[in-house]
Amino acid sequence: MPGPRRRSPTGAGDDHVHALIQGVILGVLTAGVYALMASGQTLIFGIMRVVNMAQGAMVILGAYLSYQMFTSLGVDPFLAIPVTTAVMFGVGVGVQLLFLRPLHAEDKSQLSVLVTFAVALLVEGLMSVTWNTTDRGINTGYVNASWTVFGYQITLVRLWAFLLSLAALALLYLVLNRTRFGRAVRASVQNPESARLLGVESERVAAIGYGLGTATAAAAGSVYGMLYPFNPGSHYDLISRLLSIVLLGGLGSIGGAVVGALVISVSSSIVAAAVSPIWSQMTFFVVLLLVLLIRPRGLFGTTVRGAI
Amino acid sequence: MKPRLAVGPLRAIVFFAVLWSLPVFNLAHWAMNMLVFTLMFAVMSSAWNLLGGFAGYPSLGHVAFFGIGAYAEVLWFHHHGITTGYEPFWLLPLIGIGVAVIGLPVAALAMRTRADVFAIVTITLLFVVQTLAYNLRGVTGGAQGAAIAAAPFPAATYERPFYDVLLVLLAVAMGLTWASMRSKVGLSLAAVRADEDKAAGIGVRVQTVKLLAFCVSVGLTGMVGAMWAYYEGFIYPQFAVDPLITVAIVLMTFLGGRATLWGPIIGAFILELAQQYFAYSLGGSQFYLIAYALVFLIVMLVLPRGILPSIQDRIRQRRRRRAVDAT
Repeated sequence: MPGPRRRSPTGAGDDHVHALIQGVILGVLTAGVYALMASGQTLIFGIMRVVNMAQGAMVILGAYLSYQMFTSLGVDPFLAIPVTTAVMFGVGVGVQLLFLRPLHAEDKSQLSVLVTFAVALLVEGLMSVTWNTTDRGINTGYVNASWTVFGYQITLVRLWAFLLSLAALALLYLVLNRTRFGRAVRASVQNPESARLLGVESERVAAIGYGLGTATAAAAGSVYGMLYPFNPGSHYDLISRLLSIVLLGGLGSIGGAVVGALVISVSSSIVAAAVSPIWSQMTFFVVLLLVLLIRPRGLFGTTVRGAI
Repeated sequence: MKPRLAVGPLRAIVFFAVLWSLPVFNLAHWAMNMLVFTLMFAVMSSAWNLLGGFAGYPSLGHVAFFGIGAYAEVLWFHHHGITTGYEPFWLLPLIGIGVAVIGLPVAALAMRTRADVFAIVTITLLFVVQTLAYNLRGVTGGAQGAAIAAAPFPAATYERPFYDVLLVLLAVAMGLTWASMRSKVGLSLAAVRADEDKAAGIGVRVQTVKLLAFCVSVGLTGMVGAMWAYYEGFIYPQFAVDPLITVAIVLMTFLGGRATLWGPIIGAFILELAQQYFAYSLGGSQFYLIAYALVFLIVMLVLPRGILPSIQDRIRQRRRRRAVDAT
């Protein structure tokens, strides 16, 4: 007699827990990539007090560059990263010299938001002329390979992306803490006037800093292109997430950016697993609104300039 | 000084008289269409200027309220049929007040932050409303869009009622700006813009005046959104909550000159007409986006204070030089 399949009441609960834990794993792995993008964003803010609205567009541009290298030269996206970061470093320095340096000092913070927004639109326009507006994705042979650990799926690409992001963040940390340039950056963040008096060339630090921030966007972009399909308009989606992350962590704090990325990425993948994927977008903003209610300057932000 | 006092109102009377009489010449549909859109942007820039120009709070999320106004119109049409076609116009003040009421808690929250952070918070607001527009299918129809009954106006003069109502809205927006410029409200806003903490310290009602500017500004924007929905007849989330609209409004105000009465209007007339021209002549939206971004960058770098303040500076300099020469 084929009775109804036996299913203990706890079985359904286990399924739920399993989905949740899977969501958390996915969230943590994805957070690495966002942390990388956001650390560049927050570095630029720390050095120049510029809210870089172009960061999302730079990520997508990085994704396109590595897409192009993969499709026409067959270069693996992970191996393409040194090239794309170098190119995008140059792009970043160029944007800083052309568009940000000439801004007048009075209400520079307001103007820089708008100018970098215009740069984002310009990049979006150039990308849609070059690659048109259909969705692209970097489909390497191993894009769907995964390990199963204790019944949980771990996609290899995401794991590599996560490790790569950690390595890039560590590199950034070393640059900031162990090099002369890093010392100049930290000095400019802490006290721009004194730094200038002591011989730090603030304009040069700003240009290189913007280039460095854009380079992290390029590294994250190569990975992003493997994880998600993208088109020239994808940067709106990205920039809204990035802004939520850096605001959550506190503008100018790299540690804050990492924590912000973790909180937001994990919470939105939990919502995607437990409620519905279409509402996971909203999680970013709800978390952000809650933080602004309690602590307007973000989790690790300081009201005055401070350490990076 | 006496003749100068009369110049302002006279200028306004001539401006509105010219605009009012334009449709008499039986302009072609494309020209009327262009004027309708120009007026929409003029009203919105003027409204944005109240907050972004006078109070110094650069909102990038105004299109969120434009979208809310648009979907308020859609919601109304869910429950009412079309009769004479003029009801949606009578509904406008109600929508304006509704949107302003929605804006109040948003303002109270967002205005805990300032300048660049405020810009970020308002732009995330834009994406919240966009996500809602996609997800709340019951009201908005999601990505498939929502239709509104077509207005039963005669085809020959279809744009005329919209044009006239927008002209009234523009008069209201400019009237409010003018009134605030010559009252305590305007002074308080200027104090907020210059140094909010000091202003609060000497007893300016900072919070009240900030919230007032925000609510009036988004209320007007919501009304334009409702007009736009009715005019278009069919709306999709990506057009009702389009970041480019926000960018256009901000750019127009910056081009004409922030915190001036006529700046946003001048900016809207120059840019919207140029934009329509670009859209026709460059066709493909991609080159158009590049052209737009370049104009944006050039305005920011060459004329960061806008056309009107730059001209005023030049006139003042010349007058001073003449005064020096005379002595």
